[in-house]
Amino acid sequence: MSLLRVQGLTKKFGGLNAVEDLSFDIQTGSVHSIIGPNGAGKTTLLNLLTGVYQPSSGKIAFEEHDLTGRAPHEYASHGIARTFQNLQVFFNMSALENVMVGRYMHERCGLASTLLRGPGLKRAEKTCRDEAAELLRYVGLQDYLSSASDSMPYGALKRLEIARALATKPKMMLLDEPAAGLNPTEALELENLIGRLTERGVTVVLVEHNMRLVMGVSDHILVLDYGRKLAEGPAQSVRNDPKVIEAYLGSSVPHDGSFGKDIAAAVTIGVEMRR
Amino acid sequence: MLQRLASPRTGGLLALAAAIVLLPFLLSNSYFYDIAILVGLNAIVCVGLNLLIGYAGQISLGHAGFFGLGAYGSAILASRYGWPPLAAMLTTTLAVAALAFLVGRPILRLKGHYLAMATLGLGIIIFMVITTEDKFTGGPDGLSVVPFSIGEYTLRGERLWYWIVGALLLFAVWLALNLIESPAGRALRALHSSEVGAEVVGIDAARQKVMVFVISAVFASVAGSLAAHYSGFVTPGKVAFFHSIELVTMVVFGGMASTFGAVVGAAVLTTLPQLLTVFKDYEMMVFGAVMMGTMIFLPRGVVPSLGRLLELRRQGAASRSDPRT
Ligand SMILES: Nc1ncnc2c1ncn2[C@@H]1O[C@H](COP(=O)(O)OP(=O)(O)OP(=O)(O)O)[C@@H](O)[C@H]1O
Ligand SMILES: [Mg+2]
Repeated sequence: MSLLRVQGLTKKFGGLNAVEDLSFDIQTGSVHSIIGPNGAGKTTLLNLLTGVYQPSSGKIAFEEHDLTGRAPHEYASHGIARTFQNLQVFFNMSALENVMVGRYMHERCGLASTLLRGPGLKRAEKTCRDEAAELLRYVGLQDYLSSASDSMPYGALKRLEIARALATKPKMMLLDEPAAGLNPTEALELENLIGRLTERGVTVVLVEHNMRLVMGVSDHILVLDYGRKLAEGPAQSVRNDPKVIEAYLGSSVPHDGSFGKDIAAAVTIGVEMRR
Repeated sequence: MLQRLASPRTGGLLALAAAIVLLPFLLSNSYFYDIAILVGLNAIVCVGLNLLIGYAGQISLGHAGFFGLGAYGSAILASRYGWPPLAAMLTTTLAVAALAFLVGRPILRLKGHYLAMATLGLGIIIFMVITTEDKFTGGPDGLSVVPFSIGEYTLRGERLWYWIVGALLLFAVWLALNLIESPAGRALRALHSSEVGAEVVGIDAARQKVMVFVISAVFASVAGSLAAHYSGFVTPGKVAFFHSIELVTMVVFGGMASTFGAVVGAAVLTTLPQLLTVFKDYEMMVFGAVMMGTMIFLPRGVVPSLGRLLELRRQGAASRSDPRT
């Protein structure tokens, strides 16, 4: 049984089809990467898969539940968590509180016991605090246990979002360019963290331009171009697909194949050329 | 234990309690008591409004409307229909909560300026209804209100009212602090910062906003009911747009997202006009100057700015006495 099933998903912005007639499955336990050139529709797809955008047409089913048209918090309650390409950290709170917010679904209680602060709530708050601290350590943010989030460096904020998403106890986690802006050491740590996420039983959906990372962790890759599926399959077969290299490099791809068949190298160059 | 006493929560509650208990030593006559009661009632409204504006980040320019509904609801039920004041107040509060719930859903879907306009409109509608339905409300002339009584016992006199309002203010602050330091309170602050970030961790932002809107309306309504019984009179003045602005100003002046700031804001901006009467004709100008000065020099509001100043000084002192630095 597939964890997530997407059928004929389309998102139109005016005349533009940011995502067009897309169908794919995601299996439990895998690291499923979604790659594609800038503007290919990767972020739009993640927004669709978390209810942030409503599809123009198509269906999204998670564990056989049809979630099409639901609100983002309902996607979250089914076990889908995510991070953002443009950070959505709660900058008015400490790092710890950001993660505590992630535990909202497992902590919330009635209005009366909230307002009167019953003993149950006090105990739950202590557990919440402890588990949030534990998650900060888990993602490697032990130095920021008492930091205000607006004083943290960019790389740490990226991981803070992962800790917050983990706090929801997700079955599937969608990461939108988690390695963007990270230095090579941080990117390596991230690779390690993604590995540990899958050991924890979380299925990871990774949107990323850093091909070293993508090739290092992915079981399965979906390539998007202009909102459409360009290629899909096990990491090994996708990396050798000439269509994919072409999409990344456009007409500049030498037809004598002098870039070699290694998409990892070709794509890295292609992305650098575009930036 | 000592550490708990010094925490902003317990320490702040104790400081507020101490201020309420000690203030009567400074209040030499009933005129001062009257101002103190006014401060307390405004502070209750502001503590609730601050949950909405300061914590959840949703503006309301119509809260004088809820204050007015509380005042007129109590006045009409208790004085025109002879209900026991307590029953009149509870019924009114429930009705205001229901109204806030019903209008909250569609209104709070709006953001920024649009939300401001919608709440402004709500306040104006309430004001219009109160001034035109003069059969019930007495129209522009207002309505006299029976004193608050529970059974045979009637609450009279500034001193007694002072203690009642003081106790209720303390209770209101306690409720607000409890809410803020709970999962629901964190959810409010979270959606203030990033609504989509809050939604994707499972927070139903629309529902949370409606909840805090209802709570803030209830605080305003209860304060309105009490104000009506205390002063023995209600007029449309306190329902008008200008009073909504005054309330928002108190919250911003004291410091957004600071419960004690809301109390300080209410205290300063309620007392200041009384003290400024010495400036006679220039009263409003001086008032305006104080407001502008605060916003320029203490942009985060009085209490958070002062808190930050103290924090910096303490850090400064600590690093000077630390031989390593
Ligand atoms: N809210 C929106 N309104 C209108 N157009 C949008 C919106 N969001 C995205 N688009 C457009 O949809 C297309 C896909 O954008 P999207 O952000 O999904 O790309 P992406 O693959 O994530 O790119 P990148 O690698 O740069 O992050 C782009 O042409 C973009 O301009
Ligand atoms: Mg993107």
